[in-house]
Amino acid sequence: MEIFGIPLQAFLGQLLLGLVNGAFYAMLSLGLAVIFGLLGVVNFAHGALYMLGAFAAWIMLDKFGINYWFALVLAPLTVGTLGVVIERLFLKHLYKLDPLYGLLLTFGLALIFEGVFRELYGASGQNYDVPELLSGATNLGFMVLPNYRAWVVLVSLLVCLGTWYLIERTRLGAYLRAGTENAALVQTFGINVPMMVMLTYGAGAALAALAGVLAAPIIQVNPLMGSNLIIIVFAVVVIGGMGSIIGSILTGLGLGVIEGLTRVFYPEASSIVVFVIMVIVLMFRPAGLFGK
Amino acid sequence: MTSSSKLIRITYIALLALALLAPMLGLYPVFLMKLLCFAIFACAFNLLLGFTGLLSFGHAAFFGSAAYITGWLIKAQQLSPEMAIAAGVIGSGLIGLVVGLVAIRRQGIYFAMITMAIAQMVYFVCLQAPFTGGEDGLQGVPRGNLFGLIPLATDTAMYYVVVSVFVACFLLISRILHSPFGQVLKMIRENEPRAISLGYEVDRYKLLAFVLSSALAGLAGSLKTLVMGFATLSDVHWTMSGEVILMTLLGGVGTFFGPVFGAGIVISLQDMLADKVGSWVNVIIGVIFVLCVLAFRKGVVGEIQAFVERRRRAAAGTQA
Repeated sequence: MEIFGIPLQAFLGQLLLGLVNGAFYAMLSLGLAVIFGLLGVVNFAHGALYMLGAFAAWIMLDKFGINYWFALVLAPLTVGTLGVVIERLFLKHLYKLDPLYGLLLTFGLALIFEGVFRELYGASGQNYDVPELLSGATNLGFMVLPNYRAWVVLVSLLVCLGTWYLIERTRLGAYLRAGTENAALVQTFGINVPMMVMLTYGAGAALAALAGVLAAPIIQVNPLMGSNLIIIVFAVVVIGGMGSIIGSILTGLGLGVIEGLTRVFYPEASSIVVFVIMVIVLMFRPAGLFGK
Repeated sequence: MTSSSKLIRITYIALLALALLAPMLGLYPVFLMKLLCFAIFACAFNLLLGFTGLLSFGHAAFFGSAAYITGWLIKAQQLSPEMAIAAGVIGSGLIGLVVGLVAIRRQGIYFAMITMAIAQMVYFVCLQAPFTGGEDGLQGVPRGNLFGLIPLATDTAMYYVVVSVFVACFLLISRILHSPFGQVLKMIRENEPRAISLGYEVDRYKLLAFVLSSALAGLAGSLKTLVMGFATLSDVHWTMSGEVILMTLLGGVGTFFGPVFGAGIVISLQDMLADKVGSWVNVIIGVIFVLCVLAFRKGVVGEIQAFVERRRRAAAGTQA
């Protein structure tokens, strides 16, 4: 069976890969949007934190024999703690300044993390095996579905929807949203805003690390994996606009799929298609698809 | 006021004399030329960040594409160096026009993200285009003869060309900023809504500043290709965009001489450390970034200016 002259299996395979990438875009742009909303910081280090998550999982397995399932919890916790430290040490001092300084500072942090890991582990990638439970593939009749990729899409979707629920439907989320609107007022109601800000950055970092752990068995774990991704995620954020959570999720997934389809029909353009779409969106809807 | 402007003039004349005499003082000319190329790049960038208030995170796109254009024209088309540089400047200016038209639709942080994303697109184009040499880049670009007369093969001849171009650029930027146009740019930086309410077409001014800045960044890239004899992917990579930001920030955003100073520090640091510490260079650059943002936002020249200003205020206070 073929679609537009492309074998169906290859077509669906790329579509799935696109969906997997889209799931990572969604998770990262979600964290970026939540952090920007409350802290007013565009977190360039988000890519580096994603890389750290993947490396944390790899080091846990390689050095301590901690398997994938524990790493799935421990790596985000570790990186989340690092996020809290970063917020306390650095970002805290920047809230009154132009948001550009936050971008520059986190850019510097990203260079530091990347440089250190490059020095320690080299620029080439490390292999992380797919956990046994999820290895292999399921034959669906019309395509062979690699189990691990299906798992990644499923988990990312659940995490994204969970984050959406937490922010839009719970009391804690209401505090967060109120803090985004007017932090001083929320503080006068007796809510510890600095603590909330700190934990938000930690949670964003943990989310990025979780994406990193999920990505580890699919791509080679290498120090530059984060910065290659973060620039695409920036484009995703510009396209979607940082106003809406569902918007970031949909934009992330959609762009991943479009990228996957481009890889089928015109592979040369697959690395730039997201940027081209960004330019087109800016022409017609400068505020982004879901922006106000 | 007059005494301090006289002091500044004397400083500039002394620096110019130093630049002219440098090869005789035993300083390595290729290093100095590289430094001056990056100084032009940083000054071009400062025109945008320091005097218009726009943070472009994608200036490597202009620097690098001009480097490739010049390299390709000389190597594959045997064009003379001055024509190849002119083509690089025009090329990067045109790319700047297109990028600027898209990017100035958003402000602040979005502007930074958009320029970065578009620059990444330029990077991928340079990676895949047939004439850029892919991962290898363009190597062994000959310097040729300037205007068909002056052979540039010797470092001394090349050095004086680079110094002249740098001085011309510096004077041009200072002329632009002291013109009425430059004053409008500063107003946009300080208070954009007010500029709009006074009837200025802010977007048009921003676009022109963006194009000027990208064309000058292109000049720096073209010149760098001629000096070093190669154009590679690192010229268009996002780390290059980061480096130029660091040079400007470290020297002093919005000061005239700051970016030159910052370029001097960063290039010297890379030059000194490259053989000793390997890829720790990036870590060190990252640390300087963090320190600059946290504790040193005015930069070296900015801090000196602030210090002089405080002294003068204190002196005026004691007199009154």
